Amino acid sequence: MNTLFIGLAAVLILSILFMLFRIQSLVTIVKGSHQRVGMSNKVNGALMLIVPITLLALTVWYSPIAAESFLPEASSEHGLVTDRLFWTSITVISIMFLITNAGLFWFAYKYQYKEGRQASFFHDNTRLEVFWTIVPAVIMALLVFFGWKAWSDIMSEVPKEAIQVEIMGKQFAWQVRYPGKDKEFGNHDFRLIDDVAGNEFGIDFEDKKSEDDFIARELYIPKGQPVLFKIRARDVLHSVFAPHFRVKMDAVPGMPTQFHFVPTKTTEEMRTELNNPKFNYELACTEICGRGHFAMKFIIVVVEPNEYNTWVAEQTPFLESNPQFKGKGLSDLRKKNLAKKKEEEKSKEQASL
Amino acid sequence: MATETNLTQGVSLDHHHDDHGHEHHEESFISKYIFSEDHKMIAKQFLITGIIWAFFGGAMSVIFRLQLGFPDMELSFLKPFLGHWLDSAGKLDPNYYLALVTMHGTIMVFFVLTAGLSGTFSNFLIPLQIGARDMASGFMNMLSYWFFFAASVVMFSSLFLETGPAMGGWVVYPPLSALPEAVPGSGAGMTYWLISMALFIISTLLGGINYITTVINMRTKGLSFSRLPLTIWAFFLTAIIGLLSFPVLFAAALLLIFDRSFGTSFYLSEIYMNGEALHNQGGSAILYQHLFWFLGHPEVYIVLLPALGITSEIIATNSRKPIFGYRAMIGSMIGIAILSFIVWAHHMFVTGMNPFLGSIFMFLTLIIAVPSAVKAFNYITTLWRGNIIFTPAMLFSIGLVSVFISGGVTGIILGNNALDIQLHDTYFVVAHFHIVMGSASFFGFMAGVYHWFPKMYGRMMDEKLGYIHFWLTFVGIYLVFFPMHYIGIAGFPRRYYSHTSFDAFSTFTDLNMFISAAAIVTFLGQAIFAFNFVWSIFRGRRAPENPWNSNTLEWTTPVSPGHGNWPGKIPHVYRWAYDYSKPNADKDGFGDFIPQNVPLSKTPHSNLEHENEIMNEQHVEDDLKINDHK
Ligand code: HEM
Ligand SMILES: [Cu+2]
Ligand SMILES: [Cu+2]
Repeated sequence: MNTLFIGLAAVLILSILFMLFRIQSLVTIVKGSHQRVGMSNKVNGALMLIVPITLLALTVWYSPIAAESFLPEASSEHGLVTDRLFWTSITVISIMFLITNAGLFWFAYKYQYKEGRQASFFHDNTRLEVFWTIVPAVIMALLVFFGWKAWSDIMSEVPKEAIQVEIMGKQFAWQVRYPGKDKEFGNHDFRLIDDVAGNEFGIDFEDKKSEDDFIARELYIPKGQPVLFKIRARDVLHSVFAPHFRVKMDAVPGMPTQFHFVPTKTTEEMRTELNNPKFNYELACTEICGRGHFAMKFIIVVVEPNEYNTWVAEQTPFLESNPQFKGKGLSDLRKKNLAKKKEEEKSKEQASL
Repeated sequence: MATETNLTQGVSLDHHHDDHGHEHHEESFISKYIFSEDHKMIAKQFLITGIIWAFFGGAMSVIFRLQLGFPDMELSFLKPFLGHWLDSAGKLDPNYYLALVTMHGTIMVFFVLTAGLSGTFSNFLIPLQIGARDMASGFMNMLSYWFFFAASVVMFSSLFLETGPAMGGWVVYPPLSALPEAVPGSGAGMTYWLISMALFIISTLLGGINYITTVINMRTKGLSFSRLPLTIWAFFLTAIIGLLSFPVLFAAALLLIFDRSFGTSFYLSEIYMNGEALHNQGGSAILYQHLFWFLGHPEVYIVLLPALGITSEIIATNSRKPIFGYRAMIGSMIGIAILSFIVWAHHMFVTGMNPFLGSIFMFLTLIIAVPSAVKAFNYITTLWRGNIIFTPAMLFSIGLVSVFISGGVTGIILGNNALDIQLHDTYFVVAHFHIVMGSASFFGFMAGVYHWFPKMYGRMMDEKLGYIHFWLTFVGIYLVFFPMHYIGIAGFPRRYYSHTSFDAFSTFTDLNMFISAAAIVTFLGQAIFAFNFVWSIFRGRRAPENPWNSNTLEWTTPVSPGHGNWPGKIPHVYRWAYDYSKPNADKDGFGDFIPQNVPLSKTPHSNLEHENEIMNEQHVEDDLKINDHK
């Protein structure tokens, strides 16, 4: 019933609109010679000012409101730099945007058609053109320079003392491994991955370094110390995105990537700052990876360095809680594969006999 | 040299036309409307197909905007269209959300703004504005449309597959797009996508070769490259970019097909999927991205340049002023065309690419902003001290300049790799490219339709409806895409079915609702255009020969030009396309415009110094010929 009503109303409105359209065009015809430039030109001219100014007013009114929902000040050292650069650039481009759009719409309004006026035959002015080639070039050069410096710092050599965390993306979750006491990760190989048995990372336990590696349900990192994310993926592309730290790096199957940074605020500090006791740093995925792409959440916890050390000491190595993996690694896999192959050959022979 | 070739060309073409005249037969319906080799009919075929695709692409965006703006909404009324992709509660399936986003992007970028825009106007305007009877090869031109049509059919049928159409985003990055186990759309849907794109690329190449050959070889006498209307320059450069970049996409797609179907490992390495380690090793997922964006970035200019060319023409005509900085405009278009090939990796700053390479690509990217800025300044200066007539086409052109600037300036931020770390793959990017590429090209498209409709259909579109359509679209576009910057600055990632699983992205629900509402209104507003377009084809006011008092050659043809364009001889060209409001033109008996085919000898009072020199050099013979003809 409802749909019927809506449908009828729509038909009614459309036919009224159509009538209006017909009347309008008939009136134009009756009025005789179709004027090339009439009243409409003035209306459009006026709108050239009214509409942009209204939109600008909306923006000015809304921007401070929107800013309340922006991310808080960056929680990483490089983030503070890029944030500053970002807002500087926004200021610069806003000025460019305002000047050019103002020129565009003002000229459109001011030079709208007037009976008897002749447009000027002004089509070249080398000085002007050189001027506005050079100005953007200089502005661009400055922005590039600061951007390049910031980028080079962010992508610089990893400090030796950096705390390493391995982040692995899979459909549809992040998983995190720590190197343990020896501060070195054990080998891994995708052929060793076995979800059923529980080796989701494909850790090679023939490698002694893997014996103290542990897997964590939350990503703990210490405040004020360099942290290195060693990033990989085991099925499709994913992308590590930690918005509060201004960190983003793709996770690529078959090609490890990394990102290092220094966190500057603990989770607790953020909770007080934002007056939100439930606040948590979050890790998201920003590379389309399938159905669950929008929900690959992982919690990051930033703590004071001493708390961090306590936390690390409390963790149990993976091997300790899963002793069945002891010594299982690539050569073991190779043996298994050989045996399997032999068996297959045998059964083939039998079949052919 | 150039004139020589032109001469012979002109002669042979005239000859061809004469033949045609003698055996003037009724063309059958099929050869006139379907397998037509007339560039004007082919242009209309591209136009109508493009408009239909725009409707589908837009409708898809409305559906996913409903999901984003009103996540709790019951969508059961869409059951007839979405079928099993809606669950029993009327909620959209997350996989199908990705399918919609993917199809929307593919359709808009390739089918609407490449084929629809460039296909329509390159085909329609190149022969008409350079004074040629048709394209170099009418047959290839026809094939170009029908390959596009085939691509359309394949893409459209993929919507009805059980496992859905492609779901990997319009960039279809492997491994996601290579492994059917990863997402259902990477099964048959992806195969259809690849076949469709292969057909599409063939269509683009056939068209492009034709455009280039025609512009180089078939310009009428006197139409040197330095007198070419900017529209033609734009189409010409676009075709060259396409010819150089689309084959790379073809190669990328081919390797992807191998990986999908023949067990190769070009893009695949060390993958564990569905409880099993795959055999692939040594491939590089990044290789695909390099290949894709080697096309992908030039593609944004393939989409944009024709729109800019159209705008140049329309702004000059309706400001009644020559375009400002004609040579600078050509120079910046050439600059953009060249630079567009060496900036692709700015889409890949955070893929793990070597950071040094990232720096190089930042430098190159920000250089490309300079010619773009020059173009914007030149448009604005063209308005300055003009005598502006706001036709609907002019409104859309001014709108184009505005969105071109608004979207262009955010490119300066995204091109800065230090800033792109945070913004990559967020809504800031979505805002940026929808404004600078989507909206600008869409405005160029609309401007072109309103401006050349009289030449296409011999009738005028209704102006008042055009004004309403423009202001609604202009406001709508800004209301939809400008707020997306805010959402992007807040960190919202794109291609998310829902943002609320994260605390960080749980804000802005009301803004998302607003955007969706604005998008729906803007989409519905396009019905005004659809009505105006269809109505005017049949019932519009009859068009005069030169409704906008324009200088270019297409307006010297009859109201509805037949096959061969000019019933008599092809006009020759004596001047550039921008003699608007030339001082002293009135003493020569002209108003505020002097068409390109008016000899300099007819305008002794208004000729500039160098024009007088040219005239004196010209053989008297030439002028005699023209006088004969008149
Ligand atoms: C000129 C017309 C348009 C063009 C050329 C265009 C182009 C594109 C492209 C290339 C994408 C990327 C697809 C992907 O992420 O895989 C996209 C995504 C998107 N488009 Fe459009 N589009 C147009 C109109 C619209 C309209 C009218 C809306 C309505 C609001 C819209 C909303 C969106 C949104 C929200 C996304 C991102 C979805 C997501 O990432 O989750 N687009 N569009
Ligand atoms: Cu993802
Ligand atoms: Cu690009």
